[in-house]
Amino acid sequence: MAGNVDYNKKVLEHFKNPRNMGELKNPDAEATVGNPSCGDVLKIMLKISPRDDSSRPDNENIISDIKFQTMGCAAAIASSSMLTELAKGKSLNEAKKITNNDVAKALGELPPIKIHCSNLAADALRKAIENFEKSNANI
Amino acid sequence: MSRGIEVGGIYLDNAATTRVDEGVVKKVSEFFTKNYGNASSQHSIGREAKEELEKARSEIAKFIGAEASEIVFTSGGTESNNLALKGLALANPEKKHIITSVIEHPCILETCKVLEKQGYKVNYVGVGKDGIVDAKDVERKIRKDTLVVSVMHVNNEIGTIQPVEEIAEICKKKGVYFHTDAVQGFTKINLDLKNIDLMSVSGHKIHAPKGVGFLYVKKGTKISAIINGGGQESGLRSGTENIPGIIGLAEVLKKKIDKKKIEKIRDRIVRGLLEIPGTKINGSRDNRIYNNIHVSFYGIEGESLMLMLDSEGICVSTGSACASTKLKESYVLKALGIEELYIHGSLRLTLDEITVEEADFVVEKIAEKVMKLREISPFKFEKGEMK
Ligand SMILES: Cc1ncc(COP(=O)(O)O)c(C=O)c1O
Ligand code: FES
Repeated sequence: MAGNVDYNKKVLEHFKNPRNMGELKNPDAEATVGNPSCGDVLKIMLKISPRDDSSRPDNENIISDIKFQTMGCAAAIASSSMLTELAKGKSLNEAKKITNNDVAKALGELPPIKIHCSNLAADALRKAIENFEKSNANI
Repeated sequence: MSRGIEVGGIYLDNAATTRVDEGVVKKVSEFFTKNYGNASSQHSIGREAKEELEKARSEIAKFIGAEASEIVFTSGGTESNNLALKGLALANPEKKHIITSVIEHPCILETCKVLEKQGYKVNYVGVGKDGIVDAKDVERKIRKDTLVVSVMHVNNEIGTIQPVEEIAEICKKKGVYFHTDAVQGFTKINLDLKNIDLMSVSGHKIHAPKGVGFLYVKKGTKISAIINGGGQESGLRSGTENIPGIIGLAEVLKKKIDKKKIEKIRDRIVRGLLEIPGTKINGSRDNRIYNNIHVSFYGIEGESLMLMLDSEGICVSTGSACASTKLKESYVLKALGIEELYIHGSLRLTLDEITVEEADFVVEKIAEKVMKLREISPFKFEKGEMK
């Protein structure tokens, strides 16, 4: 019945004190993805703004704020939290490249049966950025 | 009795296993160091072991209103269930049909699957939203070649009490064997064995040691052994008897359980939990064993909740998909047809004696953790939603 999963300290710490958890008012982009394996749900919300940095003239868009909401196991919550830390401040192009592996590695490690939970987080971010790019392409 | 994983810990997972009673430990330890004989040996130490073994058998038989010769000691619930179904199948090869329920323990369901591969037809009777098998559904499925009907007494997850005496009576009339897995109900709810042919019991659910149990086999039942060897247990279960375990099982039956007290505390916790918005009780509230609470909280996930409670020293279990090795929600909860946003957030609390203070602490902590997880969740429980 019980999976009897052993989480490392870092995972438990993010699970107990998730970063960037909650809602953004008027997000510039958002995406909700569901976990096909176990049926849980993760939502990512983004604030996107031009990089305000005179040393970098490209003025590209960066993720200036990010928040998540997750219904899922400890690994899913910790992965969401870690993902938001990895993504915050990154350009959209950089952020798109974040993989589930990056999230899992940043957390130390995840029990094998919980790898799919970190997939969910990376997928949600990519989808949110794509949603942003799609809606802005139309303007 | 019981409680106390570590200082301040509150163990609410007594359907998984129980703390062995202190008196039982004391009694049993003699049978490791002093009275350690093999009941098959001819010398005095062996004869003494045999005598104690038979005394325990008689005590257990008396407790359930059976004859000593009707008790077959095994290694526990799983083995007893295997022996019941496979043993009947071996001894009655002309009958190829079995009826059981969808909410049985895996050791019944998996045994049935093995028998299906051997050419048996198995009907799995469903349950209502209340988590209870309808005896009439069972009756309708009985055929000429039905070997056995096996329905559990009390479900291990949701604690619902099945109408086994009623089903047993139907089976008796139709001339079909009836077996019940009484692992969760034994010592808690009395069963009349009049029409019950076989009954499985496990020690570790009732404050006796792990790895011991028995199968009650009514006189005259045609059944074969599935473990062969030296012919112990009247040939029905070979292997040197687990005398310390068996003694422990007999000893624990002398203890009185204050059922009313546990039930009262259980009801207090239930009342407290129902104050949390978006909380539902899973399965029948009335036809339920007195120490079981099974609830679901809207919009959150059970493994997370269980872990948060664990960090407060509160041990519970969940039927959530995320907590299972197969990433599938419990088949029992699924059989009840629980709504999507409730099925993930399930929690099972199975009580032994705890204090009112502990009970209130548990309610307070659960409420706090549910609210915290709802904050994290994208699904907020809206006021006014049907409870
Ligand atoms: C209803 C039921 N049947 C059978 C078993 C198996 O018993 P045991 O652990 O003694 O093999 C259990 C306990 O896991 C149970 O709850
Ligand atoms: S979210 Fe279900 S196992 Fe992680």
